[in-house]
Amino acid sequence: MKVVVLYFARLKDAMGRSRDEIEVPTQVTTVGELRAWLAQRGAPWQAAFAEVRSLRAAVDQSMAGDATRLRDGAEVAFFPPVTGG
Amino acid sequence: MSVRVQREDFDAGQELTALRAANPRVGAVASFIGVARDLNENRAVLAMTLEHYPGMTERALEDIVRQACERWDIIDVLIIHRIGTILPLEQIVLVAVASAHRHDAFEACRYLIDYLKTDAPFWKKEQTNEGAQWVESRAGDEQARAAWERDRPRK
Repeated sequence: MKVVVLYFARLKDAMGRSRDEIEVPTQVTTVGELRAWLAQRGAPWQAAFAEVRSLRAAVDQSMAGDATRLRDGAEVAFFPPVTGG
Repeated sequence: MSVRVQREDFDAGQELTALRAANPRVGAVASFIGVARDLNENRAVLAMTLEHYPGMTERALEDIVRQACERWDIIDVLIIHRIGTILPLEQIVLVAVASAHRHDAFEACRYLIDYLKTDAPFWKKEQTNEGAQWVESRAGDEQARAAWERDRPRK
């Protein structure tokens, strides 16, 4: 399964880029599994995902929890808590 | 119902007039304007940059408006949120609600800005004398949203 992963704000800075297209292994089926898999994947994910506390996620532009399932071609975004307004 | 994400500043007076123009059912307009300060957590702020998630931001704001409409009797809503570089004294956000009576307008306006603060994907980065830093989210914002969750819908 291939997903587009987007990074915003502090996480984008830590990653040094705003998006990746990633082929994920078959055991990765949810947001939580994707996050855990990326966080142990080596540079730059490992340091970036460890540095940014309480990361939030969205799938296909809706807020998502760890249990949210992924689909092929999904747009998955990771970002720190929002600070608009 | 209208939601705008834009770089340009806005004329709040003009926007509020337009929101109720030609609708004699509107008896109340409540509005909130968020403004950039020159001080945050005791650090002088020279400017801020607002980043957002194009596409999701608009959807998130439309969702929040939909939820408010289920809760109160609302005639119209306008949300304008700026992105890009914003200097102290400049406007950041406008939330305005038109309704028949003041209660719905006041409550819905407060609800909209409280939810915007926790659910709409915007991030502020402040330029200070010590360099640029991302703004930390505040526990108080989550608490304000949680208080609405505990309140029963009135409608």
